[in-house]
Amino acid sequence: MISIKNLQAKVEGKDILRGINLEVKPGEVHAIMGPNGSGKSTLANVLAGHESYEVTGGEVIFEGKQLLEMDPDERAREGIFLAFQYPVEIPGISNATFLKTAINEIRKHHGQEELTAKEFLALIREKAKILGMDDSLISRAVNVGFSGGEKKRNEIFQLLMLNPKLALLDETDSGLDIDALKIVSEGVNKFKSKDNAVILVTHYQRLLDYIVPDFVHVLYKGRIIKSGTKELALELEEKGYDWIKNEVLETA
Amino acid sequence: MSKTEIQNIKDWYASQFSEYESKLNGQTKTFLHDLRKDALSKLNEMNFPTLKDEEWRYTNVSPILKHNFVHPLSVEKVEYTKEEISKYIFSGFDSHLVVIINGIFSEELSDIKNLPDGVVIGSLDKISRENPELIKNHFGKNIKLKNAFNFLNAAYSNDGLVLYVPNNKVLEKPIQVLYLNGNDNAEVLSVPRSFIYIGKSAEASVIANYRGMGKNPYLSNVINEFVIEQNAHLNYYKVQNESQNAYHIDLTDGYQNRDSVFNHLSLSFGGLIVRNDLASLLDDENIQTHYYGLYVGQQNQHIDNYTFVDHAKPNCESNELYKGILDDKARGVFTGRILVRQDAQKTNAYQSNKAVLLSEKTQVDTKPQLEIFADDVKCSHGAAIGRLDDVAYFYIRSRGVPEAIAKSMLIKAYASDVLDNVTIEEFKEQLNHMIFESLHRVEVE
Repeated sequence: MISIKNLQAKVEGKDILRGINLEVKPGEVHAIMGPNGSGKSTLANVLAGHESYEVTGGEVIFEGKQLLEMDPDERAREGIFLAFQYPVEIPGISNATFLKTAINEIRKHHGQEELTAKEFLALIREKAKILGMDDSLISRAVNVGFSGGEKKRNEIFQLLMLNPKLALLDETDSGLDIDALKIVSEGVNKFKSKDNAVILVTHYQRLLDYIVPDFVHVLYKGRIIKSGTKELALELEEKGYDWIKNEVLETA
Repeated sequence: MSKTEIQNIKDWYASQFSEYESKLNGQTKTFLHDLRKDALSKLNEMNFPTLKDEEWRYTNVSPILKHNFVHPLSVEKVEYTKEEISKYIFSGFDSHLVVIINGIFSEELSDIKNLPDGVVIGSLDKISRENPELIKNHFGKNIKLKNAFNFLNAAYSNDGLVLYVPNNKVLEKPIQVLYLNGNDNAEVLSVPRSFIYIGKSAEASVIANYRGMGKNPYLSNVINEFVIEQNAHLNYYKVQNESQNAYHIDLTDGYQNRDSVFNHLSLSFGGLIVRNDLASLLDDENIQTHYYGLYVGQQNQHIDNYTFVDHAKPNCESNELYKGILDDKARGVFTGRILVRQDAQKTNAYQSNKAVLLSEKTQVDTKPQLEIFADDVKCSHGAAIGRLDDVAYFYIRSRGVPEAIAKSMLIKAYASDVLDNVTIEEFKEQLNHMIFESLHRVEVE
């Protein structure tokens, strides 16, 4: 699905990603963990096309296409979705208008007919139900007046509505209480299929109790320094990051 | 502009007056005509504003003074059918319709039905001749004419809207006033003068809709006077979409009595040079005054909003929010004067004024001016000038929405805290459309 080769990126002149290599296949869930400032969020944002990040080297092939040559909206229409760490409020634009515009742009891109009002409404009902969302949220402005947890849930709602090929979740679990975490995880698990993939960026192992990853990668100073299965996350939880840093230093 | 040119334009307007009088046809015997003659002599004694006048230091009116505009009574009247004007009318909601062509009330095109007892919606010309007692005690007494443009209107206006709502009457439907300006055969001086009286505990909503026709430049130079009595409510929406080679000068001023509420929402799209003077005197207790404004300037438009809230008595509240969207080489000016007089204790006065610049060549000058002489007040002001929010822009695009639509959404988001104060939903939607159309951007829904 996505093949990241030696990806390097800068923010405000500072090197953040120093050569990331990652291969994600359909049906897989990858968790990216690591201490603060290691470049986890940068990786997610670079893949989604945030213009504040300057790509200085490497390449990313997504479904056979050069991802880095595309604008952010084109990447989304091709099937990339980023659940934001800090979802943005858009006053004056309802969730319904926002999603309908997005879905229809994506459908047009794939040569599909636009959804009728009826189909759209049915889709909204179906997906809102999974997340226990009230239908009335749909007519409210995007994220305006939402609590932190509601905003994160709304990101997952958008994920389900847009149904991309690759979901990038940027610390979607941070700040959520256990009930909200369960709802959000349930949404992601409903999304998962053999045809799509998920990259989770997280600080906390707890999320991985609910969304079970196939692979766990540890990012440190802009590189993946260790990869493993879900047991790696448990080990990290227990021992912290220092033992890996030391291990890397020893082998270096 | 040289002194002789200024003298020339004053001479031009002075020389036109006797011809104008000869066309007034019976109007010269009304109380209005005394006001006209008085205004003409004041006009002769003063000069049009220049950049040296503090209140006009960012707005150069000399291009307006290079035209010899003529009063519509001196040129052939343009006739319109109901069908021709229908595209200018906001639709989808019930309203009383008043049509004023180049400042002159059109009985044929207006459509006013089923008014509550005692409510009058009519022509200033007609009422000043047939029923002057209705307005005589208030007319002209609550407004401060400030500059030569205001006196030019006062001298030359022969018509306009009168809205009179007696005590305790609530006008359910808004009044939509279409001010249609421009003439293909002449450069006209459109000088409607409107007067609104809202009696005790009465309520009304007015949509003043300024539109331009034809290619010729014209001067739309308007005065609106209002009196809002005790416990009365007036919602006043002004939509200014004059033609792009026209000039628009507006003085809206009035008086609020205790417990009254005045909501004024101003949207400016059109005009080459636009100046809106908006003022309220809060002359008793527990008054609320809200000014909301949005201006969209493009190409070489110049849009100047000058607002003045005069807090004269205690326990009142004023709240002001003006936002601008400027593209191409457009220029915006905002002055927000708030005076809190010594007696006006416990005043709450807030002002916020923002602008987004969509191109490098736009310019905006903003001047909050708070003069506070009472010691127990809450007053604040804020100004922000910037670009559209790039994080939100990325967010919207990251959902697959292309650039142009994403920008439209951002503009709608930006304008929403102003437009949210429009309580007529269908009207609000049409205003949103107008914003997008005027910016030549792709429509969202």
